[in-house]
Amino acid sequence: MVEQKSGSNTIENSDSTHKITARNVNVFYDAKQAINDVSIDVDMENVTAFIGPSGCGKSTFLRTINRMNDTIPSARVEGDIRLDGQNIYDPAMDVVQLRARVGMVFQKPNPFPKSIYDNVAYGPKIHGLAANKGELDIIVERSLQRAGLWGEVKDRLSDSGTALSGGQQQRLCIARAIAVDPEVILMDEPCSALDPIATAKIEELIHELRGKYAIIIVTHNMQQAARVSQRTAFFHLGTLVEFGETSNIFTNPQETRTQDYITGRYG
Amino acid sequence: MTTNELLFLVFAFGLIAWFVGRARAASFINADTPIINSLPNYHGWFSCLWAIIPPIIFLIIWSNISPALVTDMVLANPEAASITADTFSRSAILSEARAVANGSNQALFQEGSEKLVPLYAEAQSYYNSIALVATILLIFAGGAFAYTRLKPNFRARSKVEKIVMLGLLLASLIAVLTTVGIVASLIFEAYRFVTLVSPIEFLFGTNWNPRDDIVAGEDNGYGAIPLFWGTIFIGAIIAMIVAIPFGLMSAIFLTQYSSPRFRSIMKPVLEILAGVPTVVYGYFAALTVAPAVRDFAVMVGFSNAASDNAMAAGIVMGIMIIPLVASMADDSIAAVPGAMRDGSLAMGATKSETIKKILLPAALPGVVGGILLAVSRAIGETMIVVMAAGYAANLTANPFASITTVTVQIVALLTGDQDFGSPHTLAAFALGLVLFIVTLLLNLVALRVVKKYREAYE
Ligand SMILES: Nc1ncnc2c1ncn2[C@@H]1O[C@H](COP(=O)(O)OP(=O)(O)OP(=O)(O)O)[C@@H](O)[C@H]1O
Ligand SMILES: [Mg+2]
Repeated sequence: MVEQKSGSNTIENSDSTHKITARNVNVFYDAKQAINDVSIDVDMENVTAFIGPSGCGKSTFLRTINRMNDTIPSARVEGDIRLDGQNIYDPAMDVVQLRARVGMVFQKPNPFPKSIYDNVAYGPKIHGLAANKGELDIIVERSLQRAGLWGEVKDRLSDSGTALSGGQQQRLCIARAIAVDPEVILMDEPCSALDPIATAKIEELIHELRGKYAIIIVTHNMQQAARVSQRTAFFHLGTLVEFGETSNIFTNPQETRTQDYITGRYG
Repeated sequence: MTTNELLFLVFAFGLIAWFVGRARAASFINADTPIINSLPNYHGWFSCLWAIIPPIIFLIIWSNISPALVTDMVLANPEAASITADTFSRSAILSEARAVANGSNQALFQEGSEKLVPLYAEAQSYYNSIALVATILLIFAGGAFAYTRLKPNFRARSKVEKIVMLGLLLASLIAVLTTVGIVASLIFEAYRFVTLVSPIEFLFGTNWNPRDDIVAGEDNGYGAIPLFWGTIFIGAIIAMIVAIPFGLMSAIFLTQYSSPRFRSIMKPVLEILAGVPTVVYGYFAALTVAPAVRDFAVMVGFSNAASDNAMAAGIVMGIMIIPLVASMADDSIAAVPGAMRDGSLAMGATKSETIKKILLPAALPGVVGGILLAVSRAIGETMIVVMAAGYAANLTANPFASITTVTVQIVALLTGDQDFGSPHTLAAFALGLVLFIVTLLLNLVALRVVKKYREAYE
């Protein structure tokens, strides 16, 4: 692996300014190793893109960060992942709290079969973020506004979330994720089920959200990675091949594998 | 020759026809025509089917009409004119004479039957020879017809295929036709019932104490409301209070919490529970649960608690229904896309919050469908209530009282010596019809709900 950014990848330095520090992470599905010794840092107010060929473990690694791999019985995670210096695999770590701090948007829009309002209010309700209906209304409105959906749905908040278009559903899912005021947002190919216009809207949204969160986005679209991210990580066969400033990765990759992938020579 | 012997004959000839047809087809193959349309085997089957199907159809019809023909012939004889005119003893004499003539009986008890024996034997041998001739004629006619059709380019294969398809169609029609026949007879007998007893009294009356001597315009004790209430109370209320929570909770546990290993053990066990004969549940209810419930009721102050109480029957019926509710709920919960669950968990919801707020609401239509199916099963259930619920038609909401149900009363009305045309017997058909309509509606609604719900996640 080539660390372009200066600094060591030893654990002692993990209390630096990074939001997330992952060190020597291995993930196994039963005996099969899906992630092999990956170390990475993610900063606040930054968009980090994960790219790489299909099956290289991008989703798997992404899901280690909010411990969604816990829901897969065969998955096992080794290594050290810290959020603000705190080991998230520590038994003392409350998974429920962790997931409130690290939100997630999935590849396929998955609004709950509830009203638009209830979709957004779901997180604040279960985490007790609103003392009364008035506060909840404010959270819902603000989240929808930030997700750029308010104007389109403000008159039909009681309609089912599943009745929206695909792009609207995905923005609803983003609104739902930011309603609990997370610090990190993980997005696993959030645009792959959307048309170019809806995609452009989401990308715009990512730009705006960037100022407040640490965002990690998995994408198969090189242009998208180049457009939205500041740093890019290239995965291949479960290993992190190259990680650095997006502009460097795309204009001056250090590894031939990276070069081949971004120029479309294999994938 | 008996019908069985004739059948044997038919099959023997069928076998011969198979070989003949096959040999004939094989003889087509020579240097000029190295390939014929169908394999010789198909020609064999074609000939065989043509040789056996017409006589079999004939024999089926014949075995239904020949006894009547034989009896007519016997009665036409002047010697038979002397036997009694009373329908009941007359048919007893006749059937005894026939049994002796067949050799299936040795001794004679009925007076006057002995002189009919030779008449029967004679008539039977007469009609048997007719049957034999007809059967052989049909075998040869069918076989010959098939034989003339065999040619090198004859498509025996597709013809055989067609006959096989007709056979399958017939098999599937049998179930449908039987259902239609049963419904028709239910409707017919129920109609005869309402010509005797006013349907208003039957459907809305509250006094169930059936009398045999019907007086028009009076209360004849055919008010079925207490039965309907008892059925609903036991099958749809008490049983469901037991079955819904336990069924739902076990489904939630199995789909969301248990390890795959445990689930793979538990599911078959639940299915075994569903396969326990209801009569076993019945005596479990009558011998174990009912006394316990009564003792409990007496302890808490219901001194008049009956030993055949509604509670015991309802509880046991609920237990019987648990697997049904559990497996329907299990299917519905498992059908909710995993993305919903992941979405909720990724929001930081706990497992139980996810189940309560996302999975169950999303699975609700399917679960409701399952519950409706369970209700329809419960209200049609007979053995448990016959053994554990009472026969007294009480219109009460006291679960410790003896309450009767529709199915129990159907059994009560039809057991014992009953004239087939009496209002008693006919009332059973009317009750059966009501039960049939209700369960049919429940099933239709349930299936529709479940289907709609499945489509929503397709
Ligand atoms: N639940 C699972 N059980 C077993 N193996 C899995 C599971 N999920 C993923 N894998 C395996 O782990 C490897 C990495 O999968 P992952 O989904 O992380 O790839 P990905 O980079 O996200 O691919 P894509 O771009 O197609 O989404 C693959 O080989 C995959 O087969
Ligand atoms: Mg993926």
